[in-house]
Amino acid sequence: MVHGELWTVKELFVLPNEYIYWSIQIVMYPFMTGLVAGAFVLSSLYHVFGIKQLKNMARFSLVFSFALLPVAMMPLMLHLQQPQRGIEVLMTPHFTSAIAAFGIVFSTYGLIVASELWFVYRKHFVKTALSLRRKADKNPLDQVKHLFFSALTLGAYDVSGAALHQDEKAVKILAGIGIPVACFLHGYAGFIFGSVKANALWMTPLMPVIFIMSAVVSGIALCMLTYIVVMEIKKFNVRRAQSSSSNLPTSEAIKGIELNEIRITARYLLFFLLFAISLELLDLIFRGYTAVKTWDILRSVIYGKDFTDIFILQYGVGNLLPLILFLWPRLTIRRALVGVIFVLFGVFMMRWNVVIGGQSFSLTFAGYMHYHLPIIPRNWETFKEGLAGALMVAATPFILFWLFCKILPVFSQDSEELH
Amino acid sequence: MISRRSFLKNAIKGVAGLSIPLSIIGIAGPRKLFALNNVTAGVRWAFLINTYKCVGCGLCVKACKTENEIPYDANVTRTWIERYVHLKDGRVFADTPKGGRDGFTTSKIDLGEGRYQDIDEKDIDKAFFVPKLCNQCENPPCVQVCPVGATFQASDGVVLIDRSWCIGCGYCIMACPYGVRFFHPVLQVAEKCNFCYHRINKGLKPACVDACPFGARMIGNIKDPEDPVTKVIMAERVNVLKSEYGTKPQAYYIGMDEEVR
Repeated sequence: MVHGELWTVKELFVLPNEYIYWSIQIVMYPFMTGLVAGAFVLSSLYHVFGIKQLKNMARFSLVFSFALLPVAMMPLMLHLQQPQRGIEVLMTPHFTSAIAAFGIVFSTYGLIVASELWFVYRKHFVKTALSLRRKADKNPLDQVKHLFFSALTLGAYDVSGAALHQDEKAVKILAGIGIPVACFLHGYAGFIFGSVKANALWMTPLMPVIFIMSAVVSGIALCMLTYIVVMEIKKFNVRRAQSSSSNLPTSEAIKGIELNEIRITARYLLFFLLFAISLELLDLIFRGYTAVKTWDILRSVIYGKDFTDIFILQYGVGNLLPLILFLWPRLTIRRALVGVIFVLFGVFMMRWNVVIGGQSFSLTFAGYMHYHLPIIPRNWETFKEGLAGALMVAATPFILFWLFCKILPVFSQDSEELH
Repeated sequence: MISRRSFLKNAIKGVAGLSIPLSIIGIAGPRKLFALNNVTAGVRWAFLINTYKCVGCGLCVKACKTENEIPYDANVTRTWIERYVHLKDGRVFADTPKGGRDGFTTSKIDLGEGRYQDIDEKDIDKAFFVPKLCNQCENPPCVQVCPVGATFQASDGVVLIDRSWCIGCGYCIMACPYGVRFFHPVLQVAEKCNFCYHRINKGLKPACVDACPFGARMIGNIKDPEDPVTKVIMAERVNVLKSEYGTKPQAYYIGMDEEVR
């Protein structure tokens, strides 16, 4: 079987070698890198621009961005026909290719996030390492932990006021450099598509900018979603433990903080969402107005074949509904939760409509291809390029985030403040 | 104390002095010297297709699949034939079932999804066949986008693929405006027509050229003014596919129609 034949149905005049070669994993790739970039931009709003209200969200979204980082690479590896040679992109990059920049941009960005995290949590590493060192009867687990946290300090045990001040400065600089790099990481994912001149739907210089804007939207939405879920769990735990201990923060107090954070973050989400929608509509209007040779087939795809995916699912459910939900006065947690889920869905559909939609018409401009996502994994190919593979990619950052939460006090800050 | 005037003077002198040895390195490269002295020497392969001569028999596709070990029944092919049918009512139908491998023996047009449209001969204004293959572009987008340089252009213009280096990302397939690239069904790396590179380097003709009973396909060296293909390209009215992409394709067509893309 030819790669792609399994999930491609051809209609009318399509060239013999044309299939939907870039499938669900290539939808996941810009979706996941977008979440990484967006989460980082959110954390930088606090670190660089000093937006104090976002303090809790900032620490949390930085860690989350780091948890998402390895996942940005996963869909690419799952999609390669020769994944064992994937490393060659880093080892023998061919720099006229947009993909070749991946290694450099990705590792630069990874280093920035990792070092920023280190500066933010250095005090915690030192404290934990020292307290474990002082502990008299260490069990084997403590010994491992001690070794681990001592390694994490990198030998820098100075936690005086001056040293911590230096840390803060470093965080600010790193977050500052990080914003353009994060935008570049994702903007260049847009460039990968936007520069394919053979594809009438992809080729537009607006593509990187559209990608960056929707990336920030999705990143903020995911951080809000995870934040709400974590806070709800916390409230639940507090309610359960209330009877035994009286000095714990009340669930009302947590709710107050949560609502405040969510309302402020929602404002930034709205701002970026409006910007993203404007750019996408500009692109659409421009294509229709200029109506070059390819517009006939594009119109039949946009307004015909993919109408539901584009106008109902992406613009309707993904953009218009959340706009109404967030603009309605007196935002509640429940409404915000529904809103961010719709936003995330909308951004996913935007990626889908770009990647799959861009391959749904033939180079002859006289035929169509329809994509059928493999649901049940019958072999390795239908697993990795099917629903199962996509879900695996989507679940991985949450598992990593849970692991990081075991090492880093991601949520401890707010409870300290409550005392 | 250095004056502004003397500083500028010395700076210009220094830059000019430094640039002389650098420019010598640039000019004196052996490749460049060779090229300067041999403007017309060398080989640049080009293809010439006379669509008036093509009858859509499919022998070229058969020969290609056998010669280049593309599984015979796999729905991909390095070369293929398209059939175009213009009706009197203005409608245009086109198809390429199995890449035209088995010839066009029926009046039914393949609409995909198992549907066919039978065309009455009386309704036809004009109908013709167009063979397609890799254009071996002078400015190949597939080479530009390969992230590891596994696909490259040889000095004679033919775009080749290193099967041991291709990572199988599919970017080249996406970048080709002509749809000539695909994943090899067995090797799982990018694959495309290379004018039967193993044959043309031994003085043989590509398998499809040899297989064509009507001489619809020709290959030649466009740098040789005495080559029959070069003579036709220079003297007659020929066209290329999708020139708007700036790829400078090197497969020339006689009898091209507006509908052919």
